[in-house]
Amino acid sequence: MIQLIVFLPLLAAIVAGLGNRMIGNVPAKLVTTGALIVSCALSWPIFLGFVAGGASESVTPLLQFLKSGGLDVSWSLRVDTLTAVMLVVVTSVSSLVHVYSWGYMEEDPDQPRFFAYLSLFTFAMLMLVTADNLVQMFFGWEGVGLASYLLIGFWFKKPSANAAAIKAFVVNRVGDLGFMLGIFGTFLVFGTVSIPDILAAAPGMAGSSISFLGMRLDTMTILCLLLFVGAMGKSAQLGLHTWLPDAMEGPTPVSALIHAATMVTAGVFMVCRLSPMFETAPVAQGFVIFIGAATCLFAATVATTQTDIKRVIAYSTCSQLGYMFFAAGVGAYGAAMFHLFTHAFFKALLFLGAGAVIHAMHHEQDMRYYGGLRKKIPITFWVMVAGTLAITGVGIPGMGIGFAGFWSKDAILESAFAAGGDGQVAFLVGAFAALLTSFYSWRLIFLTFFGKPRWAASEHIQHALHDDHHLDGHAHGDNPPAQEDAGHDPARHGVGSDQVADGSGGYTPHEAPWVMLVPILVLAVGAVFAGQLFHHAFVDAEGGLAFWNGSLAFDAHLAHASHEVPSWVLFTPLVVMLIGLWIAYNNYIRDPDAPRRFTEMFGPLYAFLLNKWYFDELYNAIFVRPAFWLGRVLWQRGDVGLIDRFGPDGAARAVQGGSVLTGRLQSGYLYTYALVMLLGLAGLATWAMVRF
Amino acid sequence: MTALGFPILSLMLAVPLAAAIVCLFVGDRAARWTALIATLVDLALGIVMWLGYDIGGAQWQFTEHVDLFGRFAYALGIDGIALMLIMLSVFLMPICIGASWDAIKTRVGLYMACFLLMETLMIGVFAAQDLFLFYIFFEAGLIPMYLIIGIWGGTNRIYASYKFFLYTLLGSVLMLIAMMWMVAQAGTTDIPTLMQYDFPAGAQTWLWLAFFASFAVKMPMWPVHTWLPDAHVQAPTAGSVILAGVLLKMGGYGFLRFSLPMFPDASAQFMWLIFALSMVAVVYTSLVALVQSDMKKLIAYSSVAHMAIVTAGLFAFNQQGIEGAIMVMLGHGLVSGALFLCVGVIYDRLHTREIARYGGLAINMPRYALFFMLFTMASVGLPGTSNFVGEFLGIMGIYQASSWVAFICTTGIILGAAYMLYLYRRVVFGELVHDDVRAMPDLSVREWALLAPIAAAVLWMGVYPESFLAPIRGDVTALTARLAASAPAGDAQLTIGKPSLTEKGAALHDATGGQGH
Repeated sequence: MIQLIVFLPLLAAIVAGLGNRMIGNVPAKLVTTGALIVSCALSWPIFLGFVAGGASESVTPLLQFLKSGGLDVSWSLRVDTLTAVMLVVVTSVSSLVHVYSWGYMEEDPDQPRFFAYLSLFTFAMLMLVTADNLVQMFFGWEGVGLASYLLIGFWFKKPSANAAAIKAFVVNRVGDLGFMLGIFGTFLVFGTVSIPDILAAAPGMAGSSISFLGMRLDTMTILCLLLFVGAMGKSAQLGLHTWLPDAMEGPTPVSALIHAATMVTAGVFMVCRLSPMFETAPVAQGFVIFIGAATCLFAATVATTQTDIKRVIAYSTCSQLGYMFFAAGVGAYGAAMFHLFTHAFFKALLFLGAGAVIHAMHHEQDMRYYGGLRKKIPITFWVMVAGTLAITGVGIPGMGIGFAGFWSKDAILESAFAAGGDGQVAFLVGAFAALLTSFYSWRLIFLTFFGKPRWAASEHIQHALHDDHHLDGHAHGDNPPAQEDAGHDPARHGVGSDQVADGSGGYTPHEAPWVMLVPILVLAVGAVFAGQLFHHAFVDAEGGLAFWNGSLAFDAHLAHASHEVPSWVLFTPLVVMLIGLWIAYNNYIRDPDAPRRFTEMFGPLYAFLLNKWYFDELYNAIFVRPAFWLGRVLWQRGDVGLIDRFGPDGAARAVQGGSVLTGRLQSGYLYTYALVMLLGLAGLATWAMVRF
Repeated sequence: MTALGFPILSLMLAVPLAAAIVCLFVGDRAARWTALIATLVDLALGIVMWLGYDIGGAQWQFTEHVDLFGRFAYALGIDGIALMLIMLSVFLMPICIGASWDAIKTRVGLYMACFLLMETLMIGVFAAQDLFLFYIFFEAGLIPMYLIIGIWGGTNRIYASYKFFLYTLLGSVLMLIAMMWMVAQAGTTDIPTLMQYDFPAGAQTWLWLAFFASFAVKMPMWPVHTWLPDAHVQAPTAGSVILAGVLLKMGGYGFLRFSLPMFPDASAQFMWLIFALSMVAVVYTSLVALVQSDMKKLIAYSSVAHMAIVTAGLFAFNQQGIEGAIMVMLGHGLVSGALFLCVGVIYDRLHTREIARYGGLAINMPRYALFFMLFTMASVGLPGTSNFVGEFLGIMGIYQASSWVAFICTTGIILGAAYMLYLYRRVVFGELVHDDVRAMPDLSVREWALLAPIAAAVLWMGVYPESFLAPIRGDVTALTARLAASAPAGDAQLTIGKPSLTEKGAALHDATGGQGH
């Protein structure tokens, strides 16, 4: 069963990837999508078994992997509650994204490759979440990194896509450095990489100390910190987040699957999987809270100024991941996983919805050229609103009614408050970030769907209105010239000169086809009901204890305490959500000129946020450029200038003058040299033999 | 004698040698076929030997011994480590012949003879059990390589072969003197006996340094690595494959067979030197690789970085480190060989190694792009490929010796990803801008047949490395046992907190961590 779930996507990826043009588009798409739907259908019963209770954890061994001295690693598939949650998230979102891509990628000339990558990604992600040891987890970890690299760079003719793909891989590798050292350290300390064994032995190591890079440190603290660096890379936390916004160069379904719902949550999953370890390292937990809260705030501030619809959602993802981390940091692993679960639905929904908007707007991604789309693409509008209600956490405290994000985000904030200490700081930061979340999410909705159309100024729309060369481009099966190129039928856009005056430029956006809308609608159901249905199992004190069943360090006391927080804490998320909504309404509906006045007044602040706190510029200046400079210096000055000059070249000059030697070599003495050498060797050896 | 009833090692030495002589006297076409058949026969013999190898049996198997004059004996025999390296050699050899099939048009007979002679010498190096027999194989391997670069190389081949020659000769002279002293001291030329012989500690230092001079050049270790980029750049494709694939492994094999078991005290004493040079090499050559504009130079520099993991792993003095180092040797042999083949494929079409001249190959050469991607990822050490197994185990072993060295070596995985992906992007991704590049056809059947077996081996080694780890396990265990007395303690110095504190910590955890488990 679990073997089927995990390996069907791999098999499909191989068939579609190697078959490619030989088997054609439709078979490749059928194989991959079919495999994913089967995987998904098999995953839900497992998950529901754990929700209902009665299911127990299992480990299915497959094959010997690494065996060296005390290290003994097998390929095996672990299924427990934590895995089951990830199984449904990964297979559900993945199968929906596969279906959605039938529509979105319809005119792409390279579809089998795209679907093969998607399925390959799913396989790697499933290997990650079913890992029973750290090495297999690392296999999945790197596998999803590879798939992410390939998909970000899917449109490989675009320089920006290639740059983004490399950046994603290399920045993730910085995190992997920590992860690998963490694995090595764990093996050194515990003599095993088996996760259950490590977790069982971890409490016994509390209070021990170890030397690392010449420093004397608390063992569990340094191990957890190293592993967490890996999580920071994959989950785009502050400092290692720079790759995620650039990853939006990939096709939008990829952003929904990999860079919102699944891969980027791998870090949260890892911390939860190893939660008993983190529980023994309070300093590391403090660091997790700090990074989580800082990322949560940082990304939310940046999201308020971005104009590219996908980048807003990308920073939003980054920010939501911050919530998950500080929840994990305060010990509310159930709440962290719950937010991971609900976030997967509503964030995938928002991305796929954004994809539908981009599709309707002829690949225009800049919200400044949107506006007034509510009437043109009503279904997309309503599902995006559902997603926004979910992410902003709309619900009524005390009544037990609310969208998915209401349940999970409130659980996080309440747990953080109840945990006290650092947690309360995180609560305040999280509450402020919730205000920003509400603001940027509604800003997105208002800019896109409300107001007057501002389409005419868009190059893409202009391009669509003069479709002749656009058709040429498609005839050649070209990659997109500058921006996203989704499947799109220019002929469907009616051009009427009487509509030009209203800012639409005479362009008529159309709703996406049903093959794209149905997956979004399914996700919308999740975004609305997932919190309501599953909060008891994920975060309630009694329910959680039974549900998680030891697969993570569920803290029933904390879960209990989080329900006992003062009522002002309960209502804070609702209030800040309304404030955010009000600010967005004020600035983008009531008085559309207000943002301009604001940015003029706070120019430097605006520039700081717009340029994402200048992280990219900073990293370029201190890492990228010096690396290339140093490489050139070491090569020209080191290898050529020093080693060769005083080494072989110097020897040639010293012995008999380089020119003479080279001259003799060139004039056919090569064989002589070789012969002399051979004879010399043989003679010397013979002499030695006889002598001894 | 041998378990198979016939002297398989001698046969494996004789087949290519005989074929080499034949090649000298026949026409081009016949020479190609002779070489291909001979190498395939050796591959088949190698497989027979692998299947016949008794894992967990005697340390030295398939032994042959014929006394010659003096103490000199024709003694052959292999352990698991040698078996794996011989398999690597015989596996790559037919691929090299295939890679030269169309590319070599002048003096084909001599060329094939050189390769076949090289195969004999390589197998000889790994199979020799007599000190001087080893030395002859080890140094004579230089000659065919020297000829291959000097005759069929690029425009600057004379300089490259001169540099190659000078570096290696310097080391080998010192090694020969050390060997003569050892034989006088121990009274035997038998390598297995010498591996158990305890040389006086003072002498070990000098002997170790003499061997180090030779092996460090062959590895190559920083700063005696500068011959490698030049040799690779000038060598024909197949020459690069065999140079990177097998010749670079001889240094590592030398450390394994001589320096570590024969001079354990000196090895421990010079651990810092090896570690220091390895750390410098990883960072230094990776950065240099980043700025190369010549594909072969880039891969050559990356080889130096990978070999540094081998040296550091070997001198970690523990099972994971040494097994990891051997796996890196095998994995790198396959992957860098394959990468040079990939370069060769497009070099044959456009006759330039300049990275900037390419771009957009994914459009007109998708099958090539797939293979190149696989080998790029393997070179980067992606789990599921051969190099991951080696690098992971190797650095895991290094970590137990020193967290600093492990940390620096691990930065190599970041830089490695940077320079390889940057290379791949410039060659394979992007737009097709040059018309001559646009006209390049995808892989021919012959090229496909060269790359596919390596790809399969790379994945096999990455997913089920047990096939390769099992034969070497016993030998590495024996080696670590031999080293145990000299092995320095690692820098981790784990100290368990006071028992009372631990209990308190555990109790505290139970209270706050809840009844979660």
